[in-house]
Amino acid sequence: MRRQPFRTAEGGHLIDRTGPLRFDFDGHRHEGYRGDSLASGLLAAGVRIAARSFKYHRPRGVWGFGAEEPNVMVTAGIGEEARPNLKATEIPLSEGLEASGQNAWPSVAWDLGGALGLAGGILPAGFYYKTFMWPARWWLALYEPLLRRLAGFGPAPPAPDGAFHAKRRVNADVLVAGGGPAGVAAALAAARAGARVVLADENVRFGGDLLRAPGEIGDGDGLAWIDAATAELEGMSRVRLLRRATVTGYYDHNLLLVAERAAGDAPPGTPETRLWFVRAREVVIAAGAHERPLLFAGNDRPGVMSASAAGGYAHAYGVLAGRRAVIAGNNDSIYSVARLLRSAGVSIAAVADTRPDSEAPDLPCRAGRAVERAFGSRRVRGALLRRTDGRAGDRGERIACDLVAVAGGWSPAVHLHAQARGSLSYDEERGLILPDRPGGANRSAGAAAGRFDLDGCLAEGWAAGVAAAASSGHERAAGEPPRSPDRSAGDAPVFWQLGGGKRFVDLQYDVTAADVELAAREGYRSVEHVKRYTALGMGTDQGKTSGMAGLVLLSEALGRPVARTGTTTFRPPYTPVPMAAMAAGLIGEGQDALRRTAADDWHEARGAVFTAAGHWRRPRYYPREGTGEDEAIEAEVRETRAGVGIVDVGTLGKVDIQGRDAAAFLDLVYANRMSSLKTGRGRYGLMLREDGRVFDDGVVMRLGESHFYLTTTTAQHHAVMQHMEYLLQTVWPELEVYATDVSEHWFAAALAGPGSRALLGEAAPGLDLSDEAFPMMAVHAAAVADLPALVFRMSYSGELSYEIAVPADYGLALWTRLLTAGREHGLVPYGTDAMGVMRLEKGHVTHAEADGRTTPDDLGLGRMVRADARSIGVRSLALPALRRKGRQQLVGLSVIDAQARIPPGCQVAESGDMRPAPPLGHVTSFCYSPTLGRALALALVENGRARTGQTVHVASPVTGFSTAAEVVSPVFYDAEGVRLRG
Amino acid sequence: MLLIPCPFCGDRDETEFAYGGEAGNERPADPGAATDEAWTDYLCFHDNPKGPHRELWFHRDGCRRWLTVERDTWTHELRSARLSRP
Amino acid sequence: MAAMQRYSIFSLLRGALSGHRDWQPAWRAPEPKSSYDVVIVGGGGHGLAAAYYLARNHGITNVAVLERGWIGGGNTGRNTTIVRSNYLLPENQRFYEHSLKLWEGLSRDLNYNVMFSPRGVINVFHTDAQRDYWIRRHNGMRYAGIDAELLTRADLARLVPALDLSPGIRHPIVGGVIQPRGGVARHDAVAWGYARAADALGVDIIQDCEVTGIDVEAGRVTGLQTSRGPIGAGRVGLAVAGHSSRLAEMAGIRLPIETHLLTATVSEPVKPFMDKVVSVAAAHVYVSQTDKGEVLIGGTLDGYNSWSQRGSPARLEDILSAACEYFPRISRLRQLRHWAGVMDMSMDGSPIIAKLPVEGLAMTGGWCYGGFKATPASGWCLAWTLANDAPHALNAPFSLERFRTGAVLDENGAGPVAWGH
Repeated sequence: MRRQPFRTAEGGHLIDRTGPLRFDFDGHRHEGYRGDSLASGLLAAGVRIAARSFKYHRPRGVWGFGAEEPNVMVTAGIGEEARPNLKATEIPLSEGLEASGQNAWPSVAWDLGGALGLAGGILPAGFYYKTFMWPARWWLALYEPLLRRLAGFGPAPPAPDGAFHAKRRVNADVLVAGGGPAGVAAALAAARAGARVVLADENVRFGGDLLRAPGEIGDGDGLAWIDAATAELEGMSRVRLLRRATVTGYYDHNLLLVAERAAGDAPPGTPETRLWFVRAREVVIAAGAHERPLLFAGNDRPGVMSASAAGGYAHAYGVLAGRRAVIAGNNDSIYSVARLLRSAGVSIAAVADTRPDSEAPDLPCRAGRAVERAFGSRRVRGALLRRTDGRAGDRGERIACDLVAVAGGWSPAVHLHAQARGSLSYDEERGLILPDRPGGANRSAGAAAGRFDLDGCLAEGWAAGVAAAASSGHERAAGEPPRSPDRSAGDAPVFWQLGGGKRFVDLQYDVTAADVELAAREGYRSVEHVKRYTALGMGTDQGKTSGMAGLVLLSEALGRPVARTGTTTFRPPYTPVPMAAMAAGLIGEGQDALRRTAADDWHEARGAVFTAAGHWRRPRYYPREGTGEDEAIEAEVRETRAGVGIVDVGTLGKVDIQGRDAAAFLDLVYANRMSSLKTGRGRYGLMLREDGRVFDDGVVMRLGESHFYLTTTTAQHHAVMQHMEYLLQTVWPELEVYATDVSEHWFAAALAGPGSRALLGEAAPGLDLSDEAFPMMAVHAAAVADLPALVFRMSYSGELSYEIAVPADYGLALWTRLLTAGREHGLVPYGTDAMGVMRLEKGHVTHAEADGRTTPDDLGLGRMVRADARSIGVRSLALPALRRKGRQQLVGLSVIDAQARIPPGCQVAESGDMRPAPPLGHVTSFCYSPTLGRALALALVENGRARTGQTVHVASPVTGFSTAAEVVSPVFYDAEGVRLRG
Repeated sequence: MLLIPCPFCGDRDETEFAYGGEAGNERPADPGAATDEAWTDYLCFHDNPKGPHRELWFHRDGCRRWLTVERDTWTHELRSARLSRP
Repeated sequence: MAAMQRYSIFSLLRGALSGHRDWQPAWRAPEPKSSYDVVIVGGGGHGLAAAYYLARNHGITNVAVLERGWIGGGNTGRNTTIVRSNYLLPENQRFYEHSLKLWEGLSRDLNYNVMFSPRGVINVFHTDAQRDYWIRRHNGMRYAGIDAELLTRADLARLVPALDLSPGIRHPIVGGVIQPRGGVARHDAVAWGYARAADALGVDIIQDCEVTGIDVEAGRVTGLQTSRGPIGAGRVGLAVAGHSSRLAEMAGIRLPIETHLLTATVSEPVKPFMDKVVSVAAAHVYVSQTDKGEVLIGGTLDGYNSWSQRGSPARLEDILSAACEYFPRISRLRQLRHWAGVMDMSMDGSPIIAKLPVEGLAMTGGWCYGGFKATPASGWCLAWTLANDAPHALNAPFSLERFRTGAVLDENGAGPVAWGH
């Protein structure tokens, strides 16, 4: 048997016959040619059943030619490499391609699920809303799993998409969407006028409809003109031609997404998808039109297909979709398709024209007739033609055939126009939904605007190109537009259906005319209701072929004009876009920036275990030989409190504030006063949000009369910076203040512990560290480890402590030199966990406590707030709910059982039984304190301060944990602050 | 994706900016004298038109200037963008 | 009026015998009367639920629901269909748990299968701070009598095989929590089920009827101006989340609400591989697979006031990359459709279900992301508030007054920034 029984001996402008390609479909080996799509390859091989339908598992074959294909979705590739739900019409055939049918077992040709078709009678649209309610438990246990198993098309293999996908972002004067005659004319005109042009077309070759059927432009072949025009465009430096590139989405301010697929024989390294983000001044929408189906019983049988597609397979691929054809339609295209098929070798059994007075002497014409029924089950075997005027006595004419090519007219592809929020109008006479007012800088041309004659498409495209170029400032003369002798309007009267029976409107979701009628009968009268009730148009073809038919059927059922029924919303993307392409560059390491402090290399070399702090990574602790994590952290705490420790605080935000009004500004930004600070001294500062909640805290240092340096927490650094710039630029623009983010300029480390003074004294011999010369909260510039530094005396750990800041480039040097110098002092590096333990022992708050809901008073910081209501947030503190008694307040909890350890996420409750009852509050931070030898927590507890001395329970019902604790002051350690003095 | 004409940096994608809300929401000059109602008007009760809107945008990843932008919240048409503090 | 035609497997079988020609309309298409005891503005899930509960719980049946377009056409038909009560604040816990309980009986209550599917809602976390937060939240739920469980990585691997739990990703997952009773429901069916049941109790559902004005006399609402003429009303309930500001403005009321966009997207349908709803808070993405097989992915706000229903591709890149990062197999699928809901973002992230400062006028709105799951309880509380001219204890905290006193319900601690919640 011939390998490609349905391949013609010659012809097919898209294929290269020099050597056959082998491919597998559902386990069977076939042959095709380079340039074939999988669909044309399957047709050439004589594979008629290439899919099974969604609901009834009916056998289905190829219907369309491109993106509109509703039937044949396949899984391409096998195993881990498989990708589901690809349209066979869009898959370029390549050597060794393996594809399989979907939603069928064991194969699409022989599918046991086909039995479901027999049950179709009790499964009308929306049947699941009416049943499966009893008994209630069965829904989750039985009914739903069953429905879910039936749903879906292909499988989703577990491995990530391993292919290379890429993105490009470009600007253009004019983007032309669609490279048919109108689009190519538009691009040529705009480019000649001097515009930067991007021309994108979904097919492998420019030409649009000319790929499917021959046409004449100028004095010659249409495709030859297209080739010449694109060659001219290719030679222009400001023009970019994108083939296999679908304009999928039209977004704000003329940003369009174009998904470009790699060619079947693309060299290695070519991205499988390249997603173009095109910002265009002007857009020409020349997206063409989709051929409409006709409704008749059996119109879903393999072998019933779009007439233009049937012609296209012959013309473009040299493939016969059948040997004996009935061609049926309501417009002139049936005659050209019939002649095209005949010249390719198909025998034309009949050409049925719904219009009564048409004739074509060279063809077996049946005027005034349409298909009422297609016969055959696994493939079409015949068609019943009947008069469309319903004249009595017409017994119909049964004609044997293996191809029914239907031509129901054209639906302009108004998707992009509508996505741009252009309005649509319905042309009652022509039965067309047309673009009306554009919703952005765009214009539609050609078939997308309802022009179906070649001459009109060329003229309209050319004019659109000239106009778009002019609107983007390019007005060089473009010359004369191309012409074509084809001036037939191509219009079709509205004709949809004949006869009864199972007439499919939406082939992909198995929605029949009866389903639409049922929906209307049940009161689902809006077109959106019908879509949602029946799933019409919700498939992966997005209703490209079904939408209009559904609309007309619904309007008929409701007895109202189509214009009043309206359309469903056209949502992007126009065709499905690979997720992996949307995610390109943004997964794996690309998902988020990773920030490292200047001393990160040292931490890494030392084997630190890191923790994430926003984008930063910070050492959590430094593992020690022979001990576990907890022991290592406890040792860091103990050794710091007993000797000296060092911690990397390079992640803190740092802001330099200068200017005449710097002090006045800081008084307004902080809830406590900063203007009274003396030069060379610092102060803890509390920042509020305007609603009175604690926003951030840090230390403010006065370096000069009008010069301050402040720190923010790591987490809020960007928010604080933005907040201050907001205030300076919009609220108090009269203040002369310069706020500069210097976080990147400085590295900082803190030395903490009673031994810190001795170590720093050695490292900074020029610095007098006596309490008199360098008291708490003082700042000095000094050389530390021979590096220029600012030294602050302040403490987070509760020990005598100094924070040393050096320009970031010296950060690693500072760190390593201090570590070296500290060797004799027993200097221990500690991480964020030990820091957290020490700060908790001292009752310092973090964002676990200042969680965006707490006021200064809630946190026991109320006395810091000065009375001036002009400062940010202070006025809000006077609102009744913020002054109310009984708010949650910060307390310390000292766990009574010294062996107990607090798990994460505990609540605080009156009793320990964990039964449902309103809790008193919750734990905000917790640790095991090696210093006090028991577990401690900070907690926000209702009326907390008044409960001091009481016993409460710390509990985690999800882990079944509960333990008793005493309510104490949040400052567990050295409440008098003796140790700060060293 | 909006294209915002920053007076310093030119046309830039919205992803470079942070949004700042209604532009005309004046902070009471003397918050201490403002009634709870006047104060919470400022805090919580803002213009929310479907149509033209004056709003603040911060060119976070650019010149770090706050801009006052006139934009239609329905069509997203952007009429002007100028510095909030000239 | 005629009794409601019951739905069951038997009625379906009977329908099959008659070619499904005998199905009655699920609801009538009445002409509006000149006045009603109560008019609900907004024919989404919330408004239809309010009408249903007014009739069923309070015996008030002279009720109309006015819908500008088609019922269920607003946010009811544009959301990610998640139902849960896993909230942090006690006020929210109580309210959403009441809602969840209504969901659990809803299909039988309405005789309409809304396909509420309690498949479990999971949140995963990456850092110690997130772990503390999520476990605390779920412990709080337990104290509120709500189901909640802690999940180890091993649990996650078992429950969500599609999740990438490897330590090598940018933000590795360290654990999770689940509310087993949470799940999803079929969004359209909720509107249709309530509409059908309300209609059967005598409620007039009037579509294509846009409210253009609210009549107020001497501080009391008296009726509505509509595209289908004036309609008198004893009381009026607004259930128009997304457009609450505009309707309230017609009565001279300013709300602490801004309108923002929330993008969501679905993949092409594939065979089932995930039956849980999974939220990856750190990446601001939540993922579930619908009964149809589509992978449904939601994210965060676009972040600026907008009514456009059209999201930004930048936001899509964010949510799809997060989805592909944590659920690697999603990268093999294709994005089928995306849209943006128009959110009523309140200034504290919690809703407003309350009487308004015009006599006889009440609202439910300010739903931020959370409106779908609230549908039953929102309607239930609005019905109560309208029937009793006073809020129920469940919705008393969701007052308008709280924005004046500072008693806000700031679930996320984000402060008075509408787009921060």
